[in-house]
Amino acid sequence: MGEAIAFYTLAAFILGFAVLVITTKDTVHSVLFLVLDFLFVAALYVMLNAPFLAAIQVLVYAGGIVVLYLFVVMLVNLKRLPEAFQDPNRHGRIGLILSVAVLLELAAIAALGVGSVAPVRTAARALPVTGNTEQVGWMLYTSYLIPFEIASMLLLVAMIGAIVLAKREL
Amino acid sequence: MITPTHYMLLSAALFIIGVIGVMVRRNIIIIFMSIELILNAVNINLIAYSYQLQDVIGQVFAVFVIAVAAAEAAVGLGIILAFYRNKETVNIDEMNLMRW
Repeated sequence: MGEAIAFYTLAAFILGFAVLVITTKDTVHSVLFLVLDFLFVAALYVMLNAPFLAAIQVLVYAGGIVVLYLFVVMLVNLKRLPEAFQDPNRHGRIGLILSVAVLLELAAIAALGVGSVAPVRTAARALPVTGNTEQVGWMLYTSYLIPFEIASMLLLVAMIGAIVLAKREL
Repeated sequence: MITPTHYMLLSAALFIIGVIGVMVRRNIIIIFMSIELILNAVNINLIAYSYQLQDVIGQVFAVFVIAVAAAEAAVGLGIILAFYRNKETVNIDEMNLMRW
């Protein structure tokens, strides 16, 4: 019962703030709603027994990425609203209708698919360590070492690319 | 009782909110934030199944998703700044230099 209450409360906050992010006129308010949304998603991770991911979510998303967004919003001095010019060839309404249709389709698949597939029960992976953070770290540095190194390379390339793009002249 | 289906529905709803943001808004910064929402929806799904199957691999993949999201945000915002310096706009309807 407590789990259900926690889930529905968090889900309501997550979806509500997500809607506010995409509907608010002021971009700064939109970024701040995005922070709140990320914090509630982190709370959901705690509920799902993933405290390490929750900490990463707060540090990287709510702390790092959102500050980057705020910097760009402040640097981009909007003299006229971005919504002022409208392309006559743009059909936003059709996109909205199609998105809602895809949502209904996904919901139908999820609702009708319940019980038709037997839940797969893999044997719990025997890891030599206990604790969430230790287990994630163990997997990262043993089985997933090469993807981990590639991800670090990707971050390095992205950092250099961002610096080159944002420089005034090459 | 909260089943994985509940998490899947939450994730699908968050995903679609992100897609609607990409399709309907014209401010490119809002569109980038919608992409972050979409990546978060993916992460919720991964972690819900990691919890259901009692396996940490889902969380490992979520770490990779977060790393890619950070790289995407850095490069994307760099592109926005470079574009704004040239055209003084963040409206994607005016970003049609390479459109035929």
